[in-house]
Amino acid sequence: MNILYAVLVLGVLGAVFGLGLAAASKVFAVEQDERLEPMLEALPGANCGGCGYAGCSAYANAVIAGEAEIGKCAAGGSETAEKMAAIMGVEAGDVVRTVAFVRCTGGDASLKKFDYYGISDCLAATKIGGNGPAACSFGCLGYGTCVAACPFGAMEIVDGHAHVNEEICTGCMSCAAACPRGLIASKPYDSKVAVGCASKDKGPAVRAYCEKGCIGCMLCVKACEHDAIKVVDNLAVVDYSKCVGCGACVEKCPRKIISMK
Amino acid sequence: MSFTEIVSLALGAILVENFILSQFLGICPFMGVSKKMDTALGMGVAVTFVMGVASAACYAIDLLLIKLGLEYMQTVAFILVIAALVQLVEMFLQKSMPSLYQALGIYLPLITTNCAVLGVALLNSQNHYNFLGSVVYGVTGGLGFTLAIVLFASVRERMEFADPPEAFEGFPIALVAAGLIALAFMGFQGLSIFA
Repeated sequence: MNILYAVLVLGVLGAVFGLGLAAASKVFAVEQDERLEPMLEALPGANCGGCGYAGCSAYANAVIAGEAEIGKCAAGGSETAEKMAAIMGVEAGDVVRTVAFVRCTGGDASLKKFDYYGISDCLAATKIGGNGPAACSFGCLGYGTCVAACPFGAMEIVDGHAHVNEEICTGCMSCAAACPRGLIASKPYDSKVAVGCASKDKGPAVRAYCEKGCIGCMLCVKACEHDAIKVVDNLAVVDYSKCVGCGACVEKCPRKIISMK
Repeated sequence: MSFTEIVSLALGAILVENFILSQFLGICPFMGVSKKMDTALGMGVAVTFVMGVASAACYAIDLLLIKLGLEYMQTVAFILVIAALVQLVEMFLQKSMPSLYQALGIYLPLITTNCAVLGVALLNSQNHYNFLGSVVYGVTGGLGFTLAIVLFASVRERMEFADPPEAFEGFPIALVAAGLIALAFMGFQGLSIFA
């Protein structure tokens, strides 16, 4: 008899709660766009913030509301853009894949003002001894704040400076936001040349503290037939809209800091 | 229940018999959701709320079970109540406080499986607290949970910058830290306001 009671009581309790929840789901129903769920599935879900929204779901909502364009997701690339376009019923444009690029290849090849034994974090290091241990006030400190910030594990410290693995990098630029030096820039994946220095110091000064610093010698500018590289503030800068990737500047650079893949 | 008893119960639940650090209930969210201070705080508030409401609801269910002589079904019945409650709270939040719902995210449904919530319901019944005592024990137990998880989150945030031996990196060092905090809380043993 007792077992019957137990079954009955718990059964009734369960049924009451079930009905209560069913009623509550009607009362508290939230209208949700039916495109939201497939949209969230199409997005990578890494919440990297590369699109300029707080996360994947914020971006998905903005797209559905018509406030944002398709194809801002650098992490997902064209594949995601196509899926999103299919959900919204429009054509996807081409998404240019961009990757992060660290504008410093100095690292161990540049001088240190002092030995730093603090916590392994670039921002912390810059607070000590007048802008950190590196003699170059523009260069990479190599304590890996960007490595920790990368949600995809695409960064590593090689030879004392940060390095981006372009195959893994999705171009979300989380690293750029983390770098206290503002060293990390975005560059097209397919292209071409990149200048591995960010120092705006004059040539002789750079020469004194770094073997791999741009000295503003203008040789690359003279070598370029397409007017695609300029020296601004003692630093070579590539104009990607004009660069054809011929590699003339790479060869001419006496400091070997212009790289080409 | 006199006022002194209530205060003593609250003090006990928060410090002396802290759910996490002394009774080792609710360890899963304690380890899982303590990487960042703000999520830890959000989890703590959600758990406090659910523990308070669950204490009240389970008190009523317990009365019913005792009347029918079905005390041995407590665990099953309480889990049923807690699961339904959490669902209800989730729906309510989604409708009325979407920003809080977003912030709590996956943790909200996970409270269902938080053993501190079931623990408080069972302890209320074992210790024969009355309705007021049950609710006070539930809410203050939740506050103790919040205190512990927020303390632990702040320790873990600092540990991010520490440089432990390789074998201790990540979870092991967090467990060591949790053990040390629990040891520190043992200092509250014997604290009593009964003269």
